[in-house]
Amino acid sequence: MTGQHDISPGSFSASKPDASASFARLSARRLFVIGGIGLILAGMIFGDIFAVFVLHQNAARINERLLAATQAVEAHNAAAVATAFQGIGNFLENRGTKVDAHVHMIGFGYLALLLALVQPFVFWSERAQKRLAWAFLLGAVLLPVGVFLIHYVGLAGSPFTVLGWASIFADFGGVLVLLATAGELWGLCRYWRRGEVGRIADPSSRDGMLSDRSWASRALLVGGTLLVLAGFVHGAYYAGIHLYANEAKDQSLLSAIVTTAASGRPVEVAKALNDYAQLQGDKAVNIAAHAHIIEFGILAMLMALFQPYVDLSERWRRIWAEMFLAGSAILPVCVLLEMRWGLVAGGIADAGGGLVVIALGGMLAGIVRYTGRIDAADGFDAANGTMR
Amino acid sequence: MSSARKLLVGGGLALALWGMAYGFYYAAFVEHQTLDRIGSSLASGFTFAAQRNLPEAHAALEASARATYVYVRQVDAHGHWIGLSMLLIVLAACFNRLGFGEKQRWYLALSLLVGAITFPLGVLFETASGGGDPKIIVIAGSALIILALLGVAVGFICGETENSREG
Repeated sequence: MTGQHDISPGSFSASKPDASASFARLSARRLFVIGGIGLILAGMIFGDIFAVFVLHQNAARINERLLAATQAVEAHNAAAVATAFQGIGNFLENRGTKVDAHVHMIGFGYLALLLALVQPFVFWSERAQKRLAWAFLLGAVLLPVGVFLIHYVGLAGSPFTVLGWASIFADFGGVLVLLATAGELWGLCRYWRRGEVGRIADPSSRDGMLSDRSWASRALLVGGTLLVLAGFVHGAYYAGIHLYANEAKDQSLLSAIVTTAASGRPVEVAKALNDYAQLQGDKAVNIAAHAHIIEFGILAMLMALFQPYVDLSERWRRIWAEMFLAGSAILPVCVLLEMRWGLVAGGIADAGGGLVVIALGGMLAGIVRYTGRIDAADGFDAANGTMR
Repeated sequence: MSSARKLLVGGGLALALWGMAYGFYYAAFVEHQTLDRIGSSLASGFTFAAQRNLPEAHAALEASARATYVYVRQVDAHGHWIGLSMLLIVLAACFNRLGFGEKQRWYLALSLLVGAITFPLGVLFETASGGGDPKIIVIAGSALIILALLGVAVGFICGETENSREG
């Protein structure tokens, strides 16, 4: 692969006008694709474990501490209020850092897949492209791991008053991702500058990855777009009709809790507390449904483009695509129904998430199989790690 | 690369960078302090109530609600900028599959990019206490994205239907 800039950009080779041309062993595109899907899978599995074993238990504990705080108000015990809120802060940090780790891991996975798409247009040498890919993946792992550890490491041994070592490593990971993405954008600008003066051809016209029209690819593309659209419509409806009303209700319920607790009216306190917990649940399920349906939609569209790399029979590619789209619709719909159907809907939502994870795992297996096939065709000597 | 795809890729990557830079600045210099303020105001509200000082308790709860209002919008702006940037880049990769002409594709791309910039910006403006109603920017930006996405969905369905007929 040439590192010179006068013939073809990046990893694209004019001699291989199919999808495998830009998917050479340890090429930037392959690193981004496998790393990206790996990050998304890890983030989803972590999210499922978190939802099943931590999320609901954590919410119950927060409600318990809030109840303890109101009882302390009734008893004129300011010290007990402080203790209860310390507990709430601790549980909120525990939940917040885990949600952040889950969201960032998946978000970086998406970005990695997107960067894989634009690799033929990134005008750097193969070596520079690989370095950018490794820097990106390192940062993409460091940030969520660092965020996850914030709750456990705290401020131990930190030279700062607010930031602990876990936060510092997380921020360093973020900077790595930022710099790598900036490098990719710079490479794209270089491609456009040179492309416009006619020195290089448009690689998309030869990129097999972007011209796949299989059933699975078409279904994922159309299904993904409809999921994203549904997510936006739901988000706009929620923001327009419920967001401001819920924020006002949140504050009025908190005021009612402290007022009724201070005046010793336990029945009204209990009702206000119950309404407050219901409101938090309602907000959480709406936000989760909105975020998940859009994320799954974008992922479906991405996976539509990566279908040429899924080295499986048409039947299996179809099965994974159908399973992916089914899970992507089931999860957000059932999350929304959790407030009415409780744990039954929660269980079905988790099963929907499981379907997405399994389908994505199936597609990744196909991609890994594909890499083995093109490595063998290229004459890669696995015994000593060199090309024959 | 067509001008519509250039607009989506360049705009998407620039927006991703901007969203990440904003998120980095926010996480390093603002978020922890804001969360501390929210938590301490809430705790103060309950503490004042325990001391039977209800006016102070309500003032503290109001302060907590104000800080939460700002926090939610700052996090939303960060999340939406990055989410929309990813959508722009993935759409760029498959924009040639739309069953529309180049001109319509360019207008769709422009609508998506303008909506992706202005919608989170309007959300952020809601935290400022200046004149005007930022909600108008939010509504206009989100409407632009929804209509453009509707166009993209119709375009994909037309394009893929044509393709399956040819195939």
